[in-house]
Amino acid sequence: MRDVAVIGVGMQKWGELWAKSLRDIFVESALLAVDDAGIDHIDSMYVGCMSSGLFSGQEHIGSVLADYLGQKNIPGTRVESACASGGLAFRLAWMEVASGVSDIVLAGGVEKMTDVSGSDATYALATAADMDWEGIHGATFPGLYAMMAVAHMNRYKTTREQLAMVAVKNHKHGAHNSRAQFPFPVTVEQVINSVKVADPLNILDCSPITDGAAAAILVPADMVSKFNKPGVKVIGSGHATDTISLSQREDLTALKAVELSAKRAYEMAGKKPEDIDFAEVHDCFTIAEIIVSESLGFFEAGGGGPAVEAGETDREGKIPINCSGGLKSKGHPVGATGLAQIVELTEQMRGDAGERQVDNSRIGLAQNMGGSGGSSVVHILEVM
Amino acid sequence: MPPSRAWRDYPQRYRLEAARCKQCGKVFYPPRLVCDKCGVREFETFRLKTDGTLATYTIIRTPSQEFAGEAPFALGIVDIEDGVRLMAQIADVEFEELRVGMPVKLEFRRLYSEGSAGVIHYGHKAVPIRS
Amino acid sequence: MRVGIIGYGAHTPRRRIKVEEIAKVWGADAPSYKKGLELKQKSVPALDEDTITLAVEAARNALKRSGGIDSRDIGAVYVGSESHPYAVKPTGVSVAEAIGATPDCHCADFEFACKAGSEGMFVAYGLVKAGLIKYGLGIGADTSQGAPGDALEYSAAAGAAAFIMGADEDKLIATIDESYSWMTDTPDFWRREHKFYPEHGGRFTGEPAYFRTTMGAVNGILEKSGMKPEDFKFAVFHQPNGKFPKRVGKMLGFTPEQIEVGRVVPLLGNTYSGASPIGLTAILDVAAPGDRILMCSYGSGAGSDAFIYTVTERINEVRNLAPTTRWLLDENVMYLEYGEYAKYRRKIRMRGE
Repeated sequence: MRDVAVIGVGMQKWGELWAKSLRDIFVESALLAVDDAGIDHIDSMYVGCMSSGLFSGQEHIGSVLADYLGQKNIPGTRVESACASGGLAFRLAWMEVASGVSDIVLAGGVEKMTDVSGSDATYALATAADMDWEGIHGATFPGLYAMMAVAHMNRYKTTREQLAMVAVKNHKHGAHNSRAQFPFPVTVEQVINSVKVADPLNILDCSPITDGAAAAILVPADMVSKFNKPGVKVIGSGHATDTISLSQREDLTALKAVELSAKRAYEMAGKKPEDIDFAEVHDCFTIAEIIVSESLGFFEAGGGGPAVEAGETDREGKIPINCSGGLKSKGHPVGATGLAQIVELTEQMRGDAGERQVDNSRIGLAQNMGGSGGSSVVHILEVM
Repeated sequence: MPPSRAWRDYPQRYRLEAARCKQCGKVFYPPRLVCDKCGVREFETFRLKTDGTLATYTIIRTPSQEFAGEAPFALGIVDIEDGVRLMAQIADVEFEELRVGMPVKLEFRRLYSEGSAGVIHYGHKAVPIRS
Repeated sequence: MRVGIIGYGAHTPRRRIKVEEIAKVWGADAPSYKKGLELKQKSVPALDEDTITLAVEAARNALKRSGGIDSRDIGAVYVGSESHPYAVKPTGVSVAEAIGATPDCHCADFEFACKAGSEGMFVAYGLVKAGLIKYGLGIGADTSQGAPGDALEYSAAAGAAAFIMGADEDKLIATIDESYSWMTDTPDFWRREHKFYPEHGGRFTGEPAYFRTTMGAVNGILEKSGMKPEDFKFAVFHQPNGKFPKRVGKMLGFTPEQIEVGRVVPLLGNTYSGASPIGLTAILDVAAPGDRILMCSYGSGAGSDAFIYTVTERINEVRNLAPTTRWLLDENVMYLEYGEYAKYRRKIRMRGE
């Protein structure tokens, strides 16, 4: 297996991109990555996209997007793992380079969510859950996380305010990200008083509906010097699944897929949680970030809430989490999120993160999760 | 949900039929083809009891399309005997009563209907046990 | 061969709405409605309750009191209602499926205004008596509608009662000693197809309809059996309001004491096909071995089914195996305001309708 590095990243401004189609959105970000890397061709590409079928009535997008990117006849693969589609696309791209099958591979993610109504979008997102045994009872995505929140709050006395503080922190960070959908701060009061979605979660606890794409170019580490930018090495990759149904989980207050995918990535990288300088994690809902931060080993079980309250996951804190603004402030075009995390890691590690820059950015971790924790993909990157 | 797809699940939805692994005794609701604990593929069918407790819950305020007009409603995960957990709405409850550990009983209810012309889907909801 | 009830059960929604709450919205005089109808409140089904769900829960309670018969031995499932959820697709199959009586089972839905429940009971009893089936399940269940502001809105309620008929000597809770039906074409109350609310003939629903028919059936069964009102411990009649059963009872020679236990309408409302059947379950909950019970249903259109039951020793063993009707009436309640009630009864026109 060869060492692999990221040598180009790209991501446009995210939001409700009315004038742009799925194809435009993907190609725009992919070209930004291509330009960033200074490559003249791509050997193969992976596209993470949760549901072009339900959102745009379009399948077969491995082919569609290779075509529209102008990369005639290359292998194009659409990857789906609900909201972890992007992270999984990145992992498969890494595998293709690491195995020696290809040298220059594009990993991209895209989601075009605003052509359908809000309730149709809710339905599409709910297909990440167990349709037959949860959806039929009226479960929504926020509802599933709300149930995790109630269990977590019941067992560990995590407070409603601590959940809100995750959103406050991520908005504070995202205010410095010009590409974020909502680059402005919010307060704890605003979060708690925003429209109720599924108790105890309000709308400002929830990641939004967003159009957007992000992309990364991967090459063998020993080819990095041929290109424009400093390389960032992929030192660990881990992937795990867990039960699709929340009611079948062993522990409603933990995310086993996250624990296992992290463990596998840590093992491959020869690192421990303490070695990670900063992370981008999957804050689809505020409670998700709290539980993920525990499952990644940054805090003990039940310690995620107090940690956020104490500022430990702020940009200046012990383990900065979601300096990009996270899904909450940056937006969550489902299939693109995993790649946007790689974009942030790369820019931080190059020292190009501007006002978002963390002081120690040698080793970064990206965690991307599908559904209510049915899948998780973790990558650990290190400055070369 | 198409009629055929709903109909396949009637034994589980209507009668709470579950499957117990003949080797290790793990109970699956809904039933599976292979036991994820011991790998065995033989099961015996039985009906779950209807008494349980709430493992967790929420109140859905923004529902999905099929449940438009029904929100707000309570949804939870119920612990039944045999280590079975299932998701169900919680009906006939004042939201202030909801708590983890609340004793509930599963009752036969409409889950949803496909408009005024489509099939009506039935199943179970959890109602509080009040002595 | 003795044939009778080997299991019985009732089920009602938890929600209730008081007469005052309805009267307030329509500017009506609540005290005079309460007095005139002898009715305080009625049951209201939630959006997730219908004739099928109520029938299933009542049937499950009946199975509990049957001392654990195998539901696969139920050879017929009959549900009588005027609010079957489908116009085409019988309520009975869903009930049979839910209790595990399928596929070896006869099923048919019955309808005859408020007496559809007693019809199901009659036919189930008849098939057992004829030796064609081992056990038969007869259920009366309804989630009836009353037009907003109409007199019927105060009383149209929801509920179900289920009776398993059988001939096993060791299982009989109450024998059916006699049955008799009386009917004529009398247009007192009806609903045309595709209409949401029923129509009625006002005061015509009284003497020429309810009273004439009930008395025809009761006098008929008394004559057929050679019995007199004094021979009975309890009597239950159809109860569209609290006054009619008292008045017809008096006209037939029954005392208020005989009628009171079965007269559940003041706290429940008129459960239509469930009305006299639920009244019967209330009686069985308190009856003693040897007590004789007269039941007479009434369905507009019009007809009455009358039955004479004698309670056996077994009643003492089974009555507490399922929720009692008194518990359903007194303790299992949640009160609604008119707005929530209108939402649950689908009286509010939604988008696309």
